[in-house]
Amino acid sequence: MAHRHSAAKANHGTLLNNIIIQAEGLSKQIASPEGLLTILDDISFSMRRSETLAVVGASGSGKSTLLGLLAGLDTPTAGRVVLDGTDLNTLDEDGRSRWRAHRVGFVFQAFHLLPSLTALENVMLPLELALQQDPAGAARSALDRVGLAQRVGHYPYQLSGGEQQRVAIARAFAPRPRVLFADEPTGNLDRKTGAAVGNLLFALREEAGTTLVLVTHEETLADHCEQRLTLEMGRLLKS
Amino acid sequence: MFRMAWRQFKRDTRSGELRLATLALCLAVGSVTTVGFFIDRVRLAIDIQASALLAADLAVESPYPLPIAVGQRAAEIGLANSHTVVFRSVVAKGDKLKLVEVKAVDAAYPLRGRIETALDPSGFASHAESGPSAGNVWVEGPLLPLLGLKRGDTLVIGKSELAVAAILTLEPDRGGQLFNIAPRLMMHLDDVARTGLVSAGSRVTYRLLVAGDKQQLRAWRDWAEPLLGERARFIAVRDARRELRSTLERSEQFLTLAALTSVILAGVAIAMSARRFATRHLDSAAVMRCLGATQGLVLRVFAVELGILGILASLAGGALGYASQALLAEVLSFFAPGPLPLPSLWPLVSAGLTGFIALLGFALPPLIALKDVPPGRVLRRDVGRLRAPGIGVYCAAMLAVAALAPWQAGNVTLTLYVLGGALATVAVLAGAAWLMVRALARLRTRVGIAWRFGLANITRRAGGSVVQMVAIGLGIMVMLLLSLVQSDLVADWRASLKPQAPNHFIVNIQPHEVEAFKDFLKTKGRVEPALYPMVRGRLAAINGRPVKARDYRDPNVRRLAQRDFNLSWAAVPKADNRIVAGRWWESHAAATDQFSVETGIAEDLGIRLGDRLTYQIADQRVSARVSNLRTVDWESFTANFFVVAPPGLLDRLPATYMTSFYLPPGEKLLLHLIVERFPGVTVIDVAALMDNVRGIIDRASLSMQSVFVFTVIAAILVLIATIQSTHDERRAESALLKTLGASSLRIVQGLTAEFLALGLVAGLLGAAAATLVAYVLAVAVFDFDYRFNPWLVPIGLVAGGISVALVGVLATRSSLRDPPIATLRKS
Ligand SMILES: Nc1ncnc2c1ncn2[C@@H]1O[C@H](COP(=O)(O)OP(=O)(O)O)[C@@H](O)[C@H]1O
Ligand SMILES: [Mg+2]
Repeated sequence: MAHRHSAAKANHGTLLNNIIIQAEGLSKQIASPEGLLTILDDISFSMRRSETLAVVGASGSGKSTLLGLLAGLDTPTAGRVVLDGTDLNTLDEDGRSRWRAHRVGFVFQAFHLLPSLTALENVMLPLELALQQDPAGAARSALDRVGLAQRVGHYPYQLSGGEQQRVAIARAFAPRPRVLFADEPTGNLDRKTGAAVGNLLFALREEAGTTLVLVTHEETLADHCEQRLTLEMGRLLKS
Repeated sequence: MFRMAWRQFKRDTRSGELRLATLALCLAVGSVTTVGFFIDRVRLAIDIQASALLAADLAVESPYPLPIAVGQRAAEIGLANSHTVVFRSVVAKGDKLKLVEVKAVDAAYPLRGRIETALDPSGFASHAESGPSAGNVWVEGPLLPLLGLKRGDTLVIGKSELAVAAILTLEPDRGGQLFNIAPRLMMHLDDVARTGLVSAGSRVTYRLLVAGDKQQLRAWRDWAEPLLGERARFIAVRDARRELRSTLERSEQFLTLAALTSVILAGVAIAMSARRFATRHLDSAAVMRCLGATQGLVLRVFAVELGILGILASLAGGALGYASQALLAEVLSFFAPGPLPLPSLWPLVSAGLTGFIALLGFALPPLIALKDVPPGRVLRRDVGRLRAPGIGVYCAAMLAVAALAPWQAGNVTLTLYVLGGALATVAVLAGAAWLMVRALARLRTRVGIAWRFGLANITRRAGGSVVQMVAIGLGIMVMLLLSLVQSDLVADWRASLKPQAPNHFIVNIQPHEVEAFKDFLKTKGRVEPALYPMVRGRLAAINGRPVKARDYRDPNVRRLAQRDFNLSWAAVPKADNRIVAGRWWESHAAATDQFSVETGIAEDLGIRLGDRLTYQIADQRVSARVSNLRTVDWESFTANFFVVAPPGLLDRLPATYMTSFYLPPGEKLLLHLIVERFPGVTVIDVAALMDNVRGIIDRASLSMQSVFVFTVIAAILVLIATIQSTHDERRAESALLKTLGASSLRIVQGLTAEFLALGLVAGLLGAAAATLVAYVLAVAVFDFDYRFNPWLVPIGLVAGGISVALVGVLATRSSLRDPPIATLRKS
C-alpha cells in the first residue's frame, strides 16, 4: 500500500494542473434473469483539476452507476478509472475505501447521515477516518460555514431536510477532498431549499477549488458547471 | 386451510424466517423438561435411598408367622417379596457364649439396598447379591474377638452347627429402622427350622418385605390389611424427604426459576422474531385478503402454521431435555455410585404446555395484527403498517408462563415470593440498563471513532439496547446464581448449622428408666440429654366429627389420618419451633385444655386454630382445643412432635420417653452399651439416611447447576433476535461507512466496541443483580449473614463482554456484505 501511495505522489507532480479523473472505456454489465444487462457502455472522458462536470440524463440512464464507478464504489466490467493518479482497478474494496478516506467527498440525494450520530459527529466521521488532526475543531468550523453552528448536538431526525443536506455538505467538504461527487443533491428538497443548498455547494467548491462531479436533473444547477455529460441508456451523447 | 398453512410453514422454514423462533421454543421446552426430568429423578433416587434402609418399599412385621397368602398375593400381582425372621439367641464357640441377634433371610433378600461382606474384619468389602446360602452364616466383625472366632470356624446355634463364611459389613435395613443392638448373625431362612430355636412362645419378629410399583403396593396393602392379625404392622419407607424437604425444595426452586427465566427470555426472542416475521408477511396477508380470504381465514392460516411449529419445536425440545438430563444423570452417577432411576414422562407434558403458552403468548399477538391488514395494501405499500401489540399483551404472556411456576415447583407461597422478587429484579435491571445507556451517551465525546460509533448505536437504539442488557444481564445473573452463589449460600448455610445435628434417636425408654438413663449417659461423658415424653394416639375426631381416611383425597394424607401419632407434652416450646398462629400456653397455666399442632400436618388434615381434636390413646379418649400452630425445623433432626400438649393433659397416660443426640462415627460402641444396660430401648440410627440423602442432594445440585446454560443460550437468542431486527439498518449504515472511507476492519471495530460495551454493562448489571438476590436470599430466606463474593463482578464482566462481543459481531457480519455502491441505490 505504502509504495502505491508514494507512486501516486510522484505522479502528482507531473499531473499538477492536469488530469484528475480519467475514465477509459468504462462499461458495466449486470446479470439479470433475461441475460446480461448493459447499464453503461464504453464511457470515456477526462476532467482537469478544479473543473466542474454535470452528468445529466433521464432516470435510469446510468448516472448513479457512472458516479459509483468514478468514485470506486463499484468496479467496472470493462475499462478503468484513474482517479488522482491511482488506477482504481489496482485496489480491492477495502483499499479503495481507505484510499477514498481523505481524497473524495460525497453528497447524496437521500442525505445519508448516520442516524445514531449527532451533526457534529457525522461531520467528524470522515475526518477521523482520514486520521486528521483535531477532528472536532475542523468539524465545528465546517458546520459553522454551512450556518449550523447552533445545531452541532442535534441528531438527524431533529433536522429538516435542507439542514440535513447542509450537514452532509459540511461532512463532504470538511476533510478538504480533491474530488466531490454529488448525486442529485437537491432531488429530495423543495425548489427554494434546493436552490439554497445548490448555491452553498458551489460556494464551498469555489473556496476550496474542489473538482466536482454533479449528477442532477436541475437545469439551473447543471448550468453552473463548466462541462456537461449527457447519458442515454448507458451511452454518452456527444454535446 | 391446513394444507395452506403447511405449505406456508415449509416455505418459511426453507427461507429460514422461523429459525430463531423455532430454536427459542425448542430451548424453552428443553430447559423446562431438563429440570423437570432431573428433579423427578432425584426425588426418585431419594425415595430409593430411603427404601434401601428398609431393604424394601414396604414391609409388614408380626410376632407370629405371616399368613402364606399374603406373600403369595404379592408375588401374584408382580411385587418382589422376601421373608425374614429375626430372633435373639445365644451362640457358642467352644466354651464361649454370646448373645446375638439372628436374622434369617431367603434368597430374595434384600429387595432394595445392598449387602456387603468381607473375608476378614479389616478386609475389602464387596457386594453380595443375596444373604448366606444354607449351612453358612455371616457375622458382624465385633463378634469375632468376643468368641475368638475366625472365618471358616463352626458355630453352634441351637441344635445346629453352621460355618462362618464371611464377615457382614453392610446390611441395608440395619440402620434405618427400629432395631435392637446385639451383634448380628445372618443365616439362611431354610436353616431356621434345624436350629429348633423358633417355636411358639419364643420372641421372634417375622417380616415380609415387598417392593415394586406404587399402585400395586397400595393395592396389596389394602388387600392384606384385613387378613393380618392385630399385632402385625406395616412399615412404610421412612419419609426421608420431610427432613430434607426445604433443602431439596430450595434447589428445586432455584432450578425451576432458572428454567422459567429461560422460557421468558426465549419468549422475548420469539416475540421479536414473530414481529419481524409478521412484518415480512404483511404483503402476502394483503394478497390473501385481496383474493377473497376473510380475516378469520388469514388468522387461522397463521395460527395453524404456528401450531405446527409449536408441536415440532416442542417435540425437539422434549428430546433435547431428555438428552440433557441423561447427560446430567451421567455426570451425577460419575460422583455417586449406582444408576439413577429413570424419570417418569410427566415433565414432558408440563414442558410442552409451557412451550405452547410461551408460543401463543409471545408469537400470536403480532400475527393477530396481520388479519387487520387492509387489502388495499397491494396497491399502496404505505397503508396498513403493522400495529405493535401493546406491552400488556406480553405482560399477560409472561404472567401465564410464570403462573406455571408454582405448579412445577410445588410451593405456591414461596414461589410467588420469589417470582415477585424476579419481576422486581427485571424492573430494577431495566431501570439500571436505561441509566447505563444514558451514561454511555455522555462517554461518547471522550473516545475514539470506533467506540463513539459503537456507543452511539447503543444510545440510538435505546429500547433495543435495554432489552439486550436486561436479557443478557438475566442470563449472567442466573449463571452466577446457579454456579457461584448457590454453592456459597449452601456452604454458608451448612456452616451456620450446628455441626453436630443429632443422628441417633433412642425411643422406648420407660418412665422408671428415665433417671437411670440420664445418669448412665452422664457417666459415659455425654452431656445430659433432653428426654421427651411420648404417647401414641390416633386422631379420632376433629370438632366432634370422626376422622375418616376416605374424607381425604391425597393418599398420603389418608394414610396419615389412619396412623398413630406420637404426642408429647411440654411447658415451653422447643427452641427450633416457631409459633405462627395463636399463643403458646403460659408455663404456670392451669388450663390444660390445649394442643399445639405443627402447621404442615394441620394443613394436610384440615385442622384450624380453635378446632377441638380428640385422640384415641390406648383405651382412652383425650380431647383439647388447638390453641396454637407452630412450624418445626425438621432439618435440625432433633426430636420433634406434630402434636404437643401442656403438662397435665397426657401425664396419666402410658408414656415412654425418647431422646436424640449426636454420636461421632467412631463411637458406635456406646450404642451397644446402652442396649446392654437398657435392653428395652430401641435405637434409631438416622446417620446413614442423612448422609445418603444429603449426598444425593449435594451432588444433584452440583450437576444441576449446568442448567444455567439454557438461560444463557436463551439470553443470547434474545440478543440475536434484537440484532436481526436492526439488520436492514445496519446494512445501509455499513455501506455508507464504506463509501465515506471506512475499511471493513474499521466497521468491525465499531461493532466490537458496541457489543463489548453492551456486554460489559450487561455483565455488570447481572453481577449486581446476583449479589442483590444472594443478599436477599441469605438474609430473608436462609437467615444468616452473606459474605460478598468478590468474584461475581469480574466474572460477570468477562462473561458478558466476551460472549456478547463474539455473538454480536458474528450476528452482524452478514450486514457488512453490501458494497458501498448500495448507498447510491437507496433513497
Ligand atoms: N444492482 C442492479 N440490479 C439491477 N439493475 C440495476 C442495478 N443497478 C442499476 N440497475 C439498473 O441500471 C439502470 C441505471 O441505474 P442508475 O445508474 O441508478 O440510473 P440513474 O441514476 O440514471 O437513475 C437502471 O435501469 C437500473 O434499474
Ligand atoms: Mg440515480
